[in-house]
Amino acid sequence: MKTFIEQLINGLSLGSIYALIALGYTMVYGIMKLINFAHGDIYMVGAFTGFFASTYLHLGFVPSLLLAMLVSLILGVTIERVAYRPLRDKSKISILITAIGVSLLLENGGIILLTPQVRTYPQIFKQHMYSFFNGIITISNQQIVIFVVSIIMMVGLQLIIYKTKMGKAMRAVSTDADAAKLMGVNVDRTVSFTFAIGSALAAVAGVLVGIYYNSIDPLMGIMPGLKAFIAAVLGGIGIIPGAMVGGLLMGVIEALVSGYGSSLYRDGVSFAILIIILLIKPTGLFGKNVREKV
Amino acid sequence: MKKTIKRLSMLLVGIIAASILLSGCTKNTSATSSDKINVGALFELTGQVASYGTSEYNAVKLYIDDTNKNGGVLGKQINLIKADNKSATDESINQATKLIVENNVVAILGPATTGNTKAASSIALSKNIPLITPSGTSLDVTVDTNTNKVKSEIFRACYTDPYQGKVMGEFAAKDLNAKNAVIYIDNKSDYSKGLAKSFKEQFEKLGGKVIDQEAYVAGDQDFKSTLTKIKGINADVIFIPGYYQDTAKIAKQAREMGIEVPLLGGDGWDSPDLLKIAGASALNNVYYSNHFISTDPDPIVQDFIKKYKDAYGTEPDAFAALAYDSAGMLVQAIKDANSTDPAKITDALANLKNFKGVTGTISIDAQHNPIKQTVIIELKDGKQTLKKKISAE
Repeated sequence: MKTFIEQLINGLSLGSIYALIALGYTMVYGIMKLINFAHGDIYMVGAFTGFFASTYLHLGFVPSLLLAMLVSLILGVTIERVAYRPLRDKSKISILITAIGVSLLLENGGIILLTPQVRTYPQIFKQHMYSFFNGIITISNQQIVIFVVSIIMMVGLQLIIYKTKMGKAMRAVSTDADAAKLMGVNVDRTVSFTFAIGSALAAVAGVLVGIYYNSIDPLMGIMPGLKAFIAAVLGGIGIIPGAMVGGLLMGVIEALVSGYGSSLYRDGVSFAILIIILLIKPTGLFGKNVREKV
Repeated sequence: MKKTIKRLSMLLVGIIAASILLSGCTKNTSATSSDKINVGALFELTGQVASYGTSEYNAVKLYIDDTNKNGGVLGKQINLIKADNKSATDESINQATKLIVENNVVAILGPATTGNTKAASSIALSKNIPLITPSGTSLDVTVDTNTNKVKSEIFRACYTDPYQGKVMGEFAAKDLNAKNAVIYIDNKSDYSKGLAKSFKEQFEKLGGKVIDQEAYVAGDQDFKSTLTKIKGINADVIFIPGYYQDTAKIAKQAREMGIEVPLLGGDGWDSPDLLKIAGASALNNVYYSNHFISTDPDPIVQDFIKKYKDAYGTEPDAFAALAYDSAGMLVQAIKDANSTDPAKITDALANLKNFKGVTGTISIDAQHNPIKQTVIIELKDGKQTLKKKISAE
């Protein structure tokens, strides 16, 4: 029981990070039917910004986090402006290939600029373990930070989407871009805003990973990017609550496979989930019966 | 159908004709001038394992620059030609070809990893140019495992994977009196699997038992789930033959979770970054085999460390030490051969005896592997201390 709960907490920590990245995938897909493959690398840039902010500018956790969000946000919007917008009404495949190109550019650009060396995050939070219920549940303060920050971000996102004018525009564009345009919604600005939010969330994931696992490198975005993509598909691509649930599920499944099956099968199981979901229910767990798609 | 075959054959003929014409065109642009010896430095300077390649290239450059400052070899300056294989096997082949055909190198130093070395070796063998890899550790780098034939021009400066695993297996059984072990390997790496296999053989031969084998994939961030499982098994030792980027994270997460047993590893653990990533408190009761120890009072070692630090501002790792020695072995072989003829350099390398390098006194055996010492390092609060020196077999 104790081990099971420990594995569950491991899985939920990892899952929160997947969920934060998956949100960006899902929002961008919802609004322009594009899988932004460079998203995992935006997460990497966020992690590095947080690293430079805390190591060289000696900023605390919250300012580092905000700076990382800002830099990734600008990067995400720029990528959309430069690489995706000119291709928006071209065929889907050309924009997808461009996304892969941007991803490779960021990865190898990162290797040139930042060197391929692994960097270590400064210890922003000294590790403390807390025990509850006579040690049945042990949780570290870093894990608590991950949960709290993830929850704040997800609640904030819901507020933006359902309580602001911009959120309304996002929902409108994702339902029908042309009709939204006729109603006076500025589609370009809405798409930019979506990229901005998605990228900022990826940056949060990057900084949290830096703090939790304390090492980052220019290619760190590849695997989590793929896993988060699977999480988004699992929940239902284009559906926000789906991305959250899908992310958490992926994290827990991975932890349980490593803990009770064999760590050899962990990645295999993740990709098998993608295949199974595409075969059985391509719209994902939350697909179709939810009308709202952002 | 007939038409396509005809077209294809036309195309093939065309390609062959073109390649013959083109190869005729590659005139030796840089004919070997009598006062320069061209040596190729073919390393992973970008891509996946750029950190090893860069570190090795730096060390090679350091040694060659030093040699040149002291009058070169046989009265000639060495012209080191830098080539980047981008951590890819196909590019290793391209660059090795370029070095040999266009730059007329008499020998190649590098690449750093087994796969790339095997790729570059195929060219070096066909053109009879000697090649020394500082750190390509797999058995079949120097020996064709199918025919058991030694690859005549290929040498290495490091010991092999099986040897290293064996040393650690013996250490676990005899010195740590471990009865059972868990092995935690990097599923992406032949190096890791090779060490794991020979560790298991030796450890079980000496009466131990490997009770569980787990795996991660290089570049993973999260090891906690697997470590939670390993913690429940209660083994005497955990053998983690991986590279420091991963093993540092594993060590850190294992100690945070309260796993206190000894962690064992191979030379992949050796890096100044290990301490940065894992933190001092995690690095106690950790043992790994290595090529040298930086605290070795031997003036050769200290001199190398000082020079490397002055030149590049960081502590050299084992990869740098091995690369430094591979350059040393080559220069020594050119001296012994008293010639810059590749065939004579190859013979001199095959007969190299008692070369005093940073990683010990090196002699080359019949399989083109170095016979030299191994050190086992114990980490105390992340500081390297010499646990044991194992002399050459």
